[in-house]
Amino acid sequence: MMHFLSVYGLSLLGKTWQHIYISGISLGLGTIVAVPLGIALTRTKRTASIVISIASMLQTIPALALLAFMIPLFGIGAKPAIIALFIYSLLPILRNTYIGMNDVDPTLKDAAKGMGMTGWQSIIKVEVPLAAPVIMSGIRLSATYVIAWAALASYIGAGGLGDFIFNGLNLYRSDLILGGSIPVIILALLVDWVLGKVETALTPQTTEG
Amino acid sequence: MFLSMEHLNKTYSGGKVAVEDFNLEVDKGEFVCFIGTSGSGKTTTMRMINRMLQQTSGTIKINGKDISQMDPVKLRRKIGYVIQNIGLMPHMTIRQNITLVPRLLKWPQDKMNERAKKMIKLVDLPEEFLNRYPSELSGGQQQRIGVVRALAADQDIILMDEPYGALDPITRESLQDLIKDLQERLGKTIIFVTHDMDEALTLATKIVVMDSGKIMQVATPDEILRHPANEFVENLIGKDRLIQARPSITTVGQVMLKNVAAITPDKLLKEALKMMHDRRVDSLLVTDDGGTLKGYIDIEDIDYNFKTATSVGDVMHEDVFYVKSDSLVRDTVERILKRGFKNIPVVDNDNKLVGIVTRAALVDIVYDALWGDEDKKDDSEDTKADAATADQGGDAK
Repeated sequence: MMHFLSVYGLSLLGKTWQHIYISGISLGLGTIVAVPLGIALTRTKRTASIVISIASMLQTIPALALLAFMIPLFGIGAKPAIIALFIYSLLPILRNTYIGMNDVDPTLKDAAKGMGMTGWQSIIKVEVPLAAPVIMSGIRLSATYVIAWAALASYIGAGGLGDFIFNGLNLYRSDLILGGSIPVIILALLVDWVLGKVETALTPQTTEG
Repeated sequence: MFLSMEHLNKTYSGGKVAVEDFNLEVDKGEFVCFIGTSGSGKTTTMRMINRMLQQTSGTIKINGKDISQMDPVKLRRKIGYVIQNIGLMPHMTIRQNITLVPRLLKWPQDKMNERAKKMIKLVDLPEEFLNRYPSELSGGQQQRIGVVRALAADQDIILMDEPYGALDPITRESLQDLIKDLQERLGKTIIFVTHDMDEALTLATKIVVMDSGKIMQVATPDEILRHPANEFVENLIGKDRLIQARPSITTVGQVMLKNVAAITPDKLLKEALKMMHDRRVDSLLVTDDGGTLKGYIDIEDIDYNFKTATSVGDVMHEDVFYVKSDSLVRDTVERILKRGFKNIPVVDNDNKLVGIVTRAALVDIVYDALWGDEDKKDDSEDTKADAATADQGGDAK
């Protein structure tokens, strides 16, 4: 263990950073696109089913195939990996945002409108706060997926902890395999825990104290 | 006219007619109840007032201004809105809920705090509640907040859509008292949708009965009980209520005795005494030759003044208390009982004496109200209990 760290420690840190970087950016982009899109979809119900089925379809493409498919389009490296992972992160966030917003009690939306809130005010002050826990759990789910799949991104030269795992597989070195996969697992758990905390923080208070 | 609705029609896209040629004028300070079965268009009509729904044709004017020319958001901030499911924002404190509209109107913070305190006092809830969340309040308390939320920004018109439908009867009654009191004290104009006739009769100054999108009758509660416009209205009121309502809508003219002992002021006291003796009464009403009520004279006056005075006019009391023949017995009963009069003269609109209401006649009225229909009804026990309750209700007013 100590031997492994003394030899690979520095590169482990670097790869972990790459891994965080790739998954972080794709998740961030996914959130920025999917949350507003999900909100917008609740305003146009008919388009909603079309958009969500397209997103579901994208989700069914095998991860490896999607990554490989990126090479002719965007070459190799981090960029195609980020784009592929971004596409993957969309669906859970989009679906949860849509469901969360739709599940807000229609009485409250009626009350908000009836008291004179504009459409915007209703979204910002009433619907998004109340849908926040559901939206956040979508982001958490995406985060776990993206971190796991980012390991595959090593195949198209994006780097990350996947490098360790695939090297280990090629060289039949279990220490490298473990050295890559254990940090991925820890990273995924850690991010899920942190986002869980964020979810709690964003859950609106409904009782005193 | 404060609020006027002219030729309103609402047809849904499927061709279903929800409201048909609805016309209504509402004065400031009126308490209007829309009543009808479900699907009668009452809620639809109400929701057109704050443009939650758009009418197919027709105009709604507030203070003479056509609301379709106004910005719907601004319009809604001026109209209070209370809904059946209360609709308090669960993620906002009671304070934030009460000051929701003021916040939209960008009132300064201290003015909003002040208003929140004033509002919670208005509905008899402790100030500590301001920091609580809706889920920590009972249903009745929540709807109290729902009501003041609709008042907090000085809205003149309050729309209430079956606001008490989901509450238990006791809570509902206390909230009815509350809204009636607030409405009278603050002079608000309220449009109140309900399917509960008792609620409408208790609260409204004007009742609008609707059926399948059409107005069946617009009238005061008394008028509706007295003259239901058609069978639908009658059924909606219910036979029991019509029977119970009878004493409260009977006019004095219907129960008064028409054979009154009256005398003119120029008659001698001797003649008055003789008349009393013949009629077996201890007092006489005094009228002029045209029959106009002038005063009264009783046996004690004659006894004291027999030696000194000569004519009735010299000793009669001019401060006679009387009622009009078209006033309601309900009101008269109270006056007679409270003031301890043995009887009260009844006059027509020209102050001409037409009859008299005696305590004995009142006994008949009360008797009829309580037991009058017992013989004709099979379920006499129920009626008796109901009638007794109704009568107590009437007295409380």
